[in-house]
Amino acid sequence: MENYVIAMAVSAGIYALMALGVNVIWGMAGMVNLGLVGFFAVGAYVSALLTLKLGLPIAAGMGAGALATSLVGALVALITVRLRGDYLAIVTLGFAETIRIVASNTIWLTNGTDGISGIAGPYRGTLSPEAFNLLYLAIVGTIVTVAYLLAERLRASPFGRVLRAIRDDEQVAAVAGKHVALFKVKAFAIGAGALGLAGALYAHYTSYIAPDIFVPLLTLYIKLALLAGGLGNNRGAIIGAFAIVFLLESTRFAIPLVPGVSAVQGAALRELLIAALLIVLLRYRPQGLVPEQLRQIPARAVPPGRYQPTA
Amino acid sequence: MPPLLAEIAQLVVNGVMAGTILAVPAIGLTAIYAVLRFPNFALASHATIGAFAGYIANVKLGLPILPSVGLAFLVAGAVGVATDEVVLKQFRPAGFITTAIASIALTIALENIVRFAFGNELRGYALPIERDWRFGSIRVGPQQVQNLAVAAAAMVMLFSFLAFTRTGKAMRAVADNPMLASIKGINADMISRLVNFVGMGLAGLGGMLIGLDTTIDPLTGFRSILSVFAAAVVGGLGSIPGAVVGALTVGVGEELCLLFLSPDYRSAVGFVAILLVLTLRPRGILGQRAY
Repeated sequence: MENYVIAMAVSAGIYALMALGVNVIWGMAGMVNLGLVGFFAVGAYVSALLTLKLGLPIAAGMGAGALATSLVGALVALITVRLRGDYLAIVTLGFAETIRIVASNTIWLTNGTDGISGIAGPYRGTLSPEAFNLLYLAIVGTIVTVAYLLAERLRASPFGRVLRAIRDDEQVAAVAGKHVALFKVKAFAIGAGALGLAGALYAHYTSYIAPDIFVPLLTLYIKLALLAGGLGNNRGAIIGAFAIVFLLESTRFAIPLVPGVSAVQGAALRELLIAALLIVLLRYRPQGLVPEQLRQIPARAVPPGRYQPTA
Repeated sequence: MPPLLAEIAQLVVNGVMAGTILAVPAIGLTAIYAVLRFPNFALASHATIGAFAGYIANVKLGLPILPSVGLAFLVAGAVGVATDEVVLKQFRPAGFITTAIASIALTIALENIVRFAFGNELRGYALPIERDWRFGSIRVGPQQVQNLAVAAAAMVMLFSFLAFTRTGKAMRAVADNPMLASIKGINADMISRLVNFVGMGLAGLGGMLIGLDTTIDPLTGFRSILSVFAAAVVGGLGSIPGAVVGALTVGVGEELCLLFLSPDYRSAVGFVAILLVLTLRPRGILGQRAY
């Protein structure tokens, strides 16, 4: 039971890292990423392959995975940055599908749909499974904390302010002399890097990755986590990730209790529930359950008797 | 004919046939985009719904293929109007990003309703087994020719509708300039319902045509969505003749790549086509004029 709880905490941490990354792209810069699972997969595959085939240390593999994903993200953003945002939606969705096709069929490299197993985990061989789980939870916890602090720093920085300006009105930001395209590409690269790191963390934790893991549904989970926690709000992203893992796990136990439903139908019901929940939240709380806190600039007091607006 | 040339000729013939079928859902996508201005990813599940509606008509009720195809169009169109009315319409004021995300969630929801009802197994239509026709070294299946004829007939009907009827002209007017159209007293709500009916109906028809060539399952629509979007983007998102040109380009392109790629990579070719067009000519081959 403890092991189960720890494993869930690790996956919530990985979701939280993804939510923080997507928050930079969607919440701060207002760009859409419908293929975030593709970036997650790139990080996972790059790190797994580098450690397995070239014998790189795990930390180096993870760093390379994050860096590679960040570069891929910059490229994807660069191609669409001057077009209307719906092209980015199409390209990111297509990107995730293409990654899945390539991972399923480039058998010499990725072992195809059978997936890659035996991916190294830190001290997996020398520690007991319980100790390994705890160690990994500590690693994920540290990374999420650092990512959270960086994201908060980013949000409060002039860079974050420009991103919000671009999100709210691109033209105004451009008129204010900001290089909109460059900021957007940077924001997308930063967010993609976090997604890639999350993928690498996932691969080294479960020791097994396969193309079926990287399905579009995972993209919905993260969107839902962000909406539940509050879009544009970093603490919300983490809380939302934990909430979604709790929700997913509770449906795993609840749905088999529904009488007369087969395993396939149960899985279908679960996905239907997630999709419906996302639609409802997006409709009624598009700013999320905990809205982003923007610093209000107090209006300068006008001395009485002067500058009175004429009625 | 030398063997390589014969192979290329065969691939081009296959590509034109695949492209004509692909053009049907691509027109649906681009028509919805032209009027409502957002990429509707829910097209994927509507293609699946059409394919399953046709399956029920053809296999369970024993209807021939042609009426089944008609039913696929009607059912997918009706579901398209209903889901837009209940779900997607509410998102339009919030902007196209929110609407696009909602359409992805919608497509996963609908796909799972189909999965709940029919399960994951592959199903085939009741088709007679026929020998391929041979023209020299080129082979074509009679069923493929029938699919081609259905796709072409659907397109001719759509073009006549847009060119000659009052409602069709109103639809083009809204796509061209919504403000001017509303000043002229065109009811935008009616037009958006109509474009959803026609667009999603074409998606359903396309889903069934794709299924006639292979088998169907709840992922039928999602699997082809990349090629459909590629067709629409390559031709110019929002342009109906563009969708036809784009679909033929993508169809032939996907087949010709088989000369040096395994067929498993087919949909990835569509993605490469999207990237190439967006880099070199973002407005697509025919630009963005709706008609």
